[in-house]
Amino acid sequence: MTRKGLMAAVLTATMAFGGAGAAEEALRVGMITTLSGGGAGLGIDVRDGFLLAVKQAGAPIEVIVEDDQQKPDIAVQLSDKLIQAEEVDVMTGIIFSNIAMAVIPSALAQGKFYLSPNAGPSQLAGAGCHPDYFNVAWQNDNLHEAAGAYANSAGLANSFILAPNYPAGQDALTGFKRFYTGELAGELYTTLGQTDYAAEIAQIRASGADSVFFFLPGGMGISFLKQYSDSGVDMPVIGPAFSFDQGILQAVGAAALGVRNTSQWSPDLDNPTNAAFVGSFEAEYGRLPSLYASQGFDTANLLISAMEKADVADRDAFRAALREADFDSTRGAFRFNTNQHPIQDIYVREVIQDGEIFTNRIVTTALRDHGDAYAAECPME
Amino acid sequence: MSTVLLLEQLLNGLQFGVMLFLMAAGLTLIFGVMGLINLAHGSLYMIGAFAAASVAGFTGSFLLALMAALAAAAAAGALIEVTVIRRLYARDHLDQVLATFALILILSEGTRWLFGSFPLYLDVPAWLAGPVRLPGGIDYPRYRLAVIAVGLAVAGGLAWLIAGTRLGIRIRAGEADREMIAALGVDISRLYTLVFALGAALAGLAGALVGAIQSVQVGMGEPVLILAFVVIVIGGIGSIRGAFVGALLVGLTDTAGRVFMPILMQPLVGQQQAATVGSALASVAIYVLMALVLLVRPAGLYGRA
Repeated sequence: MTRKGLMAAVLTATMAFGGAGAAEEALRVGMITTLSGGGAGLGIDVRDGFLLAVKQAGAPIEVIVEDDQQKPDIAVQLSDKLIQAEEVDVMTGIIFSNIAMAVIPSALAQGKFYLSPNAGPSQLAGAGCHPDYFNVAWQNDNLHEAAGAYANSAGLANSFILAPNYPAGQDALTGFKRFYTGELAGELYTTLGQTDYAAEIAQIRASGADSVFFFLPGGMGISFLKQYSDSGVDMPVIGPAFSFDQGILQAVGAAALGVRNTSQWSPDLDNPTNAAFVGSFEAEYGRLPSLYASQGFDTANLLISAMEKADVADRDAFRAALREADFDSTRGAFRFNTNQHPIQDIYVREVIQDGEIFTNRIVTTALRDHGDAYAAECPME
Repeated sequence: MSTVLLLEQLLNGLQFGVMLFLMAAGLTLIFGVMGLINLAHGSLYMIGAFAAASVAGFTGSFLLALMAALAAAAAAGALIEVTVIRRLYARDHLDQVLATFALILILSEGTRWLFGSFPLYLDVPAWLAGPVRLPGGIDYPRYRLAVIAVGLAVAGGLAWLIAGTRLGIRIRAGEADREMIAALGVDISRLYTLVFALGAALAGLAGALVGAIQSVQVGMGEPVLILAFVVIVIGGIGSIRGAFVGALLVGLTDTAGRVFMPILMQPLVGQQQAATVGSALASVAIYVLMALVLLVRPAGLYGRA
């Protein structure tokens, strides 16, 4: 929907960095993210996680937040505005890969750094990688690859797989199949935005599969899981964390209990940074953080770590400082691959009920020190 | 493909069609009687779902939730009719589309303001949960059978209302000649508010019924609105019977497309591509159906040319 108003949350930290409160020039961050429409929950979590880190560090960062309404054309206009009128130094925030592809290449060409807190399209990981582009979340295929690897180790040998028919959906099934070694009982693409899955569930039931892998982000996943659990089909379901994040688990309810999902982050991940993050996020916003919030938080901390080492005006030094990834990530060990995408552990989580709240806990590790399949095509070293 | 699976898919198509009918009935009624294109119909569907989710959350009763959905959507409908829609009857369709589009934005952001951006929880009641075994060995969700029953009951009720009651006579008279029934002393503005509230209540009921097996979130009404428009164009704008037949046709065609297209595509494009190509074709199946119907009957199946 064309919402004219923009959510401009301008935040200037009060404390100055290192110096004695001198009027140091603040670093300007342009954040284009999705704050209205069906995908709003994701953008809100990324924004809140990012702003929390900036607030905690008291870093001289001015964040200009804009709502792309999940529309590439709006995002391109906002990007032009942020670059030309607001003269931002660094851009971040985009949730969806189609929007990322509309905005990021042009922003990079105009000499901006881009730190991705979510979208990780393969085009920007392989031959199209860029020295000023850093992905702090994952390459799109990663969590699906981990689901494939987990299916093998769980002894699943005849999986039925489905995803929406759009680029990220096709990447999801490709990623799953890259690691999965069993047979496929069926492979199905649904319509993007589809809400009724009765026909698909009937096919799953008739296929003789031993498990279901699905990638249906947002409301699609809620609909599928509720209908699946009500259909009486009783085989294990696995998927990436996107359909089991904190924002939508309460809406799915008991239908998601016990589902195994793959994620690079979990609220119970055992490291001091994460424990402090989960506690302070809950105190600040009154809800548990999702993986999107952790990604926003990590993105801001990466930026802050680079600011401590170099000035953004010295582009080479700033880039080198970003590449070091010298910050305490909520995920524990975190480093960049040659294509400046993460090398990280990916875990298998299980949906549990803790009192009234549905959440996730880690069961096992699916992939250790996992990079992505496209890094070899990237000419950077 | 086995007969059992085929029958199950037939039921799925029927259930999808019945759900679409609840949505399309109100839309076509409002267009038929008042000549108004109401894009905000999807928002009334959303209001029904949100009302049901909140009441179910407070009371735990699904029946109370359904009643709340009916009441909330009808009240919202009546309020919208009195404050906004009433000014639009005399204006052309473009003005109506603009104003009701604005209503979508207002109602969506209003709902977000009240309930937040995260989806709400609404589940099927325990007494309708789980599958039931039908003759022939089909395991079919009890809740979906109930949706079919409710939809058919509403269709029957509407047919009786239109054909057999005084209100129905007025509605039909209003469709035929607006000035004349006003001249005969019928309070036309009250009739319009009533019809609008009735259409809104049907959308709210659909939202609540569907909300239990889908995602209750802001913007949930718009995809269904598009399908509802396809239904009433196929059925003939203004015709309840057309909406019923159109809804079943769309439901069955959509389900059949999703099931058979990938299978039909296999010999043509190979195993690898069949899933994507089949799915892409399935998503246009209902629009092909609409084009074919309009080719043969430009005013729709039951429309008056």
